[in-house]
Amino acid sequence: MKLVPIAALLAVAFASPAALAQKKYDPGANDKEIRIGNTNPYSGPASAYGTIGKSIGAYFKMVNEQGGINGRKVVWVSYDDGYSPPKTVEMVRKLVEQDQVLFVFQTLGTPPNTAIHKYMNMKKVPQLHVATGATKWNDPKNFPWTMGWQPNYQTEGRIYAQHILSTNPKAKIGILYQNDDYGKDYLKGMKDGLGDKAGMIVREVSYEVTDPTVDSQIVQLQASGADTFFNITTPKFAAQAIRKAYDIGWKPAHYLNNVSTSIGSVLKPAGLEKSVGLISTQYLKDPLDEQWKDDASIKEWRAFMAKYYPEGNLADGSNLYGYTVAQTLHQVLKQAGNDLTRANIMKQAAAMKGYRAETMLPGIRINTDGGDFAPIESVQLIRFDGQQWKRFGQIMGK
Amino acid sequence: MSRKQLILIAIVLLAACALPLLVSNYRVFQFNLVLVYAIALLGLNMLTGYNGQISLGHGAFYAIGAYCAAILMDKYGVPYWATLPVAAAVCLVVGFLFGLPALRLEGLYLALATFALGVSLPHLLKYHHLEKWTGGVQGIVIAKPDPPFGLPINADQWLYYFTLAVTVVMFVLAWNMLRGRIGRALMAIRDQHIAAEAMGVNTAMVKSLAFGVSAMYTGVAGALGAIAIQFVAPDSFNIFLSIVLLIGIVIGGLASISGAIYGALFIQFVPNVADEISKAAPWAIFGIFLIGFVYVMPMGVAGAVRMAVARLARKAQNK
Repeated sequence: MKLVPIAALLAVAFASPAALAQKKYDPGANDKEIRIGNTNPYSGPASAYGTIGKSIGAYFKMVNEQGGINGRKVVWVSYDDGYSPPKTVEMVRKLVEQDQVLFVFQTLGTPPNTAIHKYMNMKKVPQLHVATGATKWNDPKNFPWTMGWQPNYQTEGRIYAQHILSTNPKAKIGILYQNDDYGKDYLKGMKDGLGDKAGMIVREVSYEVTDPTVDSQIVQLQASGADTFFNITTPKFAAQAIRKAYDIGWKPAHYLNNVSTSIGSVLKPAGLEKSVGLISTQYLKDPLDEQWKDDASIKEWRAFMAKYYPEGNLADGSNLYGYTVAQTLHQVLKQAGNDLTRANIMKQAAAMKGYRAETMLPGIRINTDGGDFAPIESVQLIRFDGQQWKRFGQIMGK
Repeated sequence: MSRKQLILIAIVLLAACALPLLVSNYRVFQFNLVLVYAIALLGLNMLTGYNGQISLGHGAFYAIGAYCAAILMDKYGVPYWATLPVAAAVCLVVGFLFGLPALRLEGLYLALATFALGVSLPHLLKYHHLEKWTGGVQGIVIAKPDPPFGLPINADQWLYYFTLAVTVVMFVLAWNMLRGRIGRALMAIRDQHIAAEAMGVNTAMVKSLAFGVSAMYTGVAGALGAIAIQFVAPDSFNIFLSIVLLIGIVIGGLASISGAIYGALFIQFVPNVADEISKAAPWAIFGIFLIGFVYVMPMGVAGAVRMAVARLARKAQNK
């Protein structure tokens, strides 16, 4: 019969547009690969963070060996920007215009990301899961192509406020903050969290990054009669503040922002015995924490490090961070399926429902939607016992 | 200028004009930065190459020019082209005033004083009483200018042509100045300042002016750089920028006008090449390139080109 092949041809002809419609690509994606761009400070003053870019690259090497994502290999293109905004602009333009990446992911630092913020949104190329805690990345109305990942500073500030309200509603709060967007973000979070109880703040003092010490600010806070201290400082100043408060005999309930929780670079210089009782937050498992020694996800992470990133430091939390954020992206790309357009990447990143990577603390989940571009919004409080940070209480936040 | 040189310059200019039509926007943007660096290097070369005053702080003037442009555009709505004369004037005055006390400092001491300027400026930009204008650590984001008169080119290409025009004007001015009486005075002070004084050169005035004009060139470059990058922040202008500028003039060729262009190409492209060779130690690779260049071309690229041309000419004569 002649009709059968014709019918078959017709069937194919009509069916194929439907089949094709399932596969949609923007530059940077095709049947074989997905190209992802990134900048990291591999050189310069912030180069300690460069290990994040390397651990993400190692993660996708592992994914590719295991068959890729929906059959496609991930090509990870990461350039050094030395934490210098002009260099970031140049490198990101190279990624978008010359290397033709599908999107950029985990570009690091608030100034570098600010420098490319407008450009990415003008070009309509996703600037996904940026590595900074500023609150401005959660602004889907004005910047629909930009999204953060880690808990932002305002969220964290609100959580300390909740804890103060529930444990000591009559607290007199003294605040020390760095006079820039980062410090003011935390301050705003704290005030929002206190709401109409903002009068509990008896004293706010600030310092400049250029100040040699914060000693006089600590003396002022003690003199104000505050019994609760919210310490919004970067590592060097955090160490000074902890030591000074202890030395002048001021013993407030001491809340220290997550930025400065490193035992090696903050608490040791300040003095471990002077740091006992500090309260802060965590959202990832700490690889050094004894209680995760036999945890399945941490073991998996160690095996990954040994095989794909053997030169990486197992004591450096940044390597766990890179592994965890890469898992989040893995999930976004799985969700995107065969529709690898830039619009769909943003759509899927903004449609995470209760996702968690196992290296996050138990109970922490990622929820996003069209009006909420802040993936991780919950943390757990931790207290320093003189040796290490210990978790306590419930998961707080959303 | 000989006829041959004129023809050569015309060819280079034609090539520079054709470039944006041939390469991608990203490359146009990179070459735009090359032009910006070339102006800055020319400024520094006047001071260090021609006048023998070493500056390790020219990044500061670059930053001042950049902030002038950014603040005027962002806070006062001044069109981008009008910010250049302001940046030039501000840097001229600042450079001149800095040059006055610096007169007492020679050689390494001047290098240290300018180094202090380069190190401290990023911190001053973060100073909170200036935050109203400078935007503090967060810096200022500015809009990219669109091509005027409905020209059928995109914003990158337009900005490149605009920068190219400014570069040509700046180079012609510098050429005029350095080839004439002022240039000779600058070099006389560098080589034998006592003899220069005996000849009636007002050493103090010339040196201060050299500082001012040098800063002005670098400031104009900074303003153009800010417009191209569309963002300024203190982190953009750390001390490394000053060092890189000094590297640029040494590699390009001291006391050479064309050297500024070679130097600009070097500081724009070699770090990228180094980064592609090794992620682990990009600056070590950069260092190897640097040593290689200094060793092979001790007079800078401009000097090497000059020698090569002279050798070819001699060969042609001998035949």
